[in-house]
Amino acid sequence: MTTTLRRISKIFASVGFQVVEGPEIEDDYHNFEALNIPAHHPARAMHDTFYFDAHTVLRTHTSPVQIRVMESEKPPLKVIAPGRVYRCDSDITHTPMFHQVEGFLVDTDVSFADLKGVVYEFLRAFFEKDIQVRFRPSYFPFTEPSAEVDIECVMCGGQGCRVCSHTGWLEVMGCGMIHPEVFKAVNIDSETYSGFAFGMGVERLAMLRYGINDLRLFFENDLKFLEQFK
Amino acid sequence: MQISEAWLREYVNPAITTEQLVEQLTMAGLEVDSVTPAAAVFSGVVVGEVLAMEQHPDADRLRVCQVAVGEAEPLQIVCGASNVRVGLRIPAALIGAVLPGDFKIKRSKLRGVESFGMLCSEKELGLAADANGLMELAADAPVGVDIRDYLSLNDNIIEVDLTPNRADCLSVEGIAREVAVLNKMDWSVTQVEKPAVNHADTLIVSVKATDACPRYLGRLLKGVNPKAETPLWMQERLRRSGVRSLSAVVDVTNYVLIELGQPLHAFDAAKLTGGINVRYAQTDESVALLNGQTIKLDNETLVIADDKQALALAGVMGGSESAVSDDTQDVFLECAFFTPLSIAGKARNYGLHTDSSHRFERGVDPTLQERAIERATQLIIDIAGGSVGAITDVTTASTLPQRTAVLLRKQRLEKTLGIALADEQVVDIFQRLGISVQTQPDGWSVTPPGCRFDIAIEADLIEEIARIVGYNNLPNSSLLMRSELGKATEAVLDLDRAKDLLVDRGYQEAITYSFVDEEIQQAVAPDDDVVRLKNPISSDLSVMRTTLWCGLLKAALHNTNRQQNRVRFFETGLRFVNKDDNMQQQKMLSGLALGSAYSEQWGIATRKVDFFDVKADVQALFSLTGADMQFVPAKHPALHPGQTAEILSQQGDKIGWLGMLHPTLEKQLGFDTQVFLFELDQDLLLNKQIPKFRPLSKYPSVRRDIALIVKEEVAVSEIINCIKGCAEQTLQDIVVFDIYRGKGVEEGSKSVALSLVIQDFSQTLTDSEIDAIFSGLLETLTTKISAKLRD
Repeated sequence: MTTTLRRISKIFASVGFQVVEGPEIEDDYHNFEALNIPAHHPARAMHDTFYFDAHTVLRTHTSPVQIRVMESEKPPLKVIAPGRVYRCDSDITHTPMFHQVEGFLVDTDVSFADLKGVVYEFLRAFFEKDIQVRFRPSYFPFTEPSAEVDIECVMCGGQGCRVCSHTGWLEVMGCGMIHPEVFKAVNIDSETYSGFAFGMGVERLAMLRYGINDLRLFFENDLKFLEQFK
Repeated sequence: MQISEAWLREYVNPAITTEQLVEQLTMAGLEVDSVTPAAAVFSGVVVGEVLAMEQHPDADRLRVCQVAVGEAEPLQIVCGASNVRVGLRIPAALIGAVLPGDFKIKRSKLRGVESFGMLCSEKELGLAADANGLMELAADAPVGVDIRDYLSLNDNIIEVDLTPNRADCLSVEGIAREVAVLNKMDWSVTQVEKPAVNHADTLIVSVKATDACPRYLGRLLKGVNPKAETPLWMQERLRRSGVRSLSAVVDVTNYVLIELGQPLHAFDAAKLTGGINVRYAQTDESVALLNGQTIKLDNETLVIADDKQALALAGVMGGSESAVSDDTQDVFLECAFFTPLSIAGKARNYGLHTDSSHRFERGVDPTLQERAIERATQLIIDIAGGSVGAITDVTTASTLPQRTAVLLRKQRLEKTLGIALADEQVVDIFQRLGISVQTQPDGWSVTPPGCRFDIAIEADLIEEIARIVGYNNLPNSSLLMRSELGKATEAVLDLDRAKDLLVDRGYQEAITYSFVDEEIQQAVAPDDDVVRLKNPISSDLSVMRTTLWCGLLKAALHNTNRQQNRVRFFETGLRFVNKDDNMQQQKMLSGLALGSAYSEQWGIATRKVDFFDVKADVQALFSLTGADMQFVPAKHPALHPGQTAEILSQQGDKIGWLGMLHPTLEKQLGFDTQVFLFELDQDLLLNKQIPKFRPLSKYPSVRRDIALIVKEEVAVSEIINCIKGCAEQTLQDIVVFDIYRGKGVEEGSKSVALSLVIQDFSQTLTDSEIDAIFSGLLETLTTKISAKLRD
């Protein structure tokens, strides 16, 4: 995990992204409302949230750090925010705690083409291979346009196998142009500034990179597992 | 959302394969999760008609039938089903047919009578889980036709994982519209026939909650036959959409829901008192729902009521008392638009999720109701008969969602997508999407149709253009970014450096859950005020950790229970403490060690790790920052009282703890060896001294060893602090190189051997000067801590 996080940070630090951390117990303003996810939004149902009281939650994604940075600093901004996130979900492919890395860039004249370029280059650098990358329209309340990013299956090279459910593609990230409502919440003028944001699941990337087949291994801390990774 | 491909292709049928269609939908934002055949694989089954039937001579329950199968001669087939009768049309499997489960049909003899095929039930064809007898086909089913063609079984069920913003695709019509756009095919909404009104009765409808219900349509259908059989084609389409066939009227409402995306509800008109009232519930009201639950309502919940009581949870679920049953004669059909906000969250509050609430929450097309109610009416009277009443329409134009024009600026579109698109292309895309567009000097003024709740601002329009053009047809650009030179903060040590040091010293990094078992938490830190989760995933992960030791101990046990006898872990992460009503999230670095000090090898004797080994590891961390920490004997509830140190900075800041796990806890938790733990505050640990040069001496240094006898309770650190306290300028280094107890040293005391290095900056020290320095030191040591020089 640490190796994966360090590699991700290294790739982005090389072009000047700053690493920022944020609190894990969040208020629902930073975790939801400021990210354009109001109280009864259907998207809230997709986040099975751990909560302490009506307004205090364990963060369900690292996106709140976007808000915190934008509240305290002015553009241009280039940040990645790694950290633990929590979802009330537990089965073979889900653990109640996992890691994400959030990244975002805000400046004048940032385009969707820039986002595609950065994501494309990042994935190729991370997997150290000229893999195929495709972008698919999707939906996140805090980005518009939104996209999900697939890479050609690293297990079968795009031929189709069990890991990729015979589609030849694996979903690895979500991204999009920062939604005007999000800029509004942090008082950044969306006419002057634009930006993109992306998020990735770190365990997922580590599993694909190293061929690990069970998510739960990351949290059992069995020495026979840990010792395989230097 | 499950849809039948064949049903979809009735609307729009591009010349592309199923795979291509699925790829297209996925790449347009309607991700296809799976494609499954509508029916299990089978062959050799045709429509048959029972021409004649005789009782089997040797078996009471069998009948010998002559079945026409479209060949020159009818086939003799023996059948045991209870519903077989002359004139019945059923699926007949011929010899050579292969049924689901690789069941081959052969020529056979049943109780001595030859059978040249098999008559089939839905279960045998894999169309249903259970069946009562043979599958009965319509009286006009064409004999001899392959049943797969007749029932359009060569169909696929496409499962689309729709994102919450595409409410307009929660129907076959909606998805068909998308397919038309993607394939540049002409599209127009199917017109519905308006059945003639032939009775004059209506129910009065009053809408009190006009904000929540801007449009309500209702009509009375009288003399409906509730026991009418839903036609097979409708049952199949419902099945392929994941909906069970229940009864004719309910099936029609479900059918129109899937076809057009409009939820409808049918009430048994006889159970209604007076007229219909769309209002908010009162606080004590309750309603018995179709699913058997009786729920208590509140004044924020929208209900459909009659003059007497609340009948249904508006937009979510109907009530059991007013539901259509086998005795229903007259039906009141409801077709309404409820605003997303009035339904959103309501269903979930009551633990409900229905096809109806799902659509209203996301947004049903507010212009769809009239078409939907006419369609449903026509279907009901076709299937179940009845006479049609006029539509009562209560619409409040001011509360209907308005679709206002949005301006898309050409320059903004180009800047955001990074490419210039031809004007004609942009206009064409909007028009195909059913979005009305007007060219403006700087762009386009665009008005989305009623069904698109997700298009409200310029960014939404940009996304529409981008996804129809195709994200992968847009350019990638190498990002030209403004950069600032980065910082190189020397006063804060990089956490990674500390982690790497521990790895080099044989520790493995662990990652444990931030929420822990309350029992372990209580045992390890009984005095800490825990932060508690309201909805933990399980009872052994219910409180937030106030120390990382909880997770490390659990991880260590996982390993000792699996034949690991040497475990060395560290973890970095937050702990969560409630201090003076303030919840703090503090970064910590913690470690655990048990087992042998070094991994087994031939060069050194194996010995167990002890307090001082782990202390050395912690001191190594401090040496990275040049900090001079004090290890002060102290008490901690989780640690052995004789082997605990609190770690403080020279200024007295509490950095952390180091010690051996208390033997009671050791046993309680299930360890069979000593466990050592440390925990450090990350911020304080990582504070680094920026080096300040100290000039070198040109003169030689001298090393002198002394052995001091002190009482057992005197800590070595006390001796060292005492010596340092003399502030002897020439003292360069103190090293403890031996501690001895035994012969020659009295009971209750120990001999501590230290080497001191003396060096002056201005001269070579003479022996007598050195002697003087040492007597001075010894005097202080004797006075302050009763140390004696050993002979």
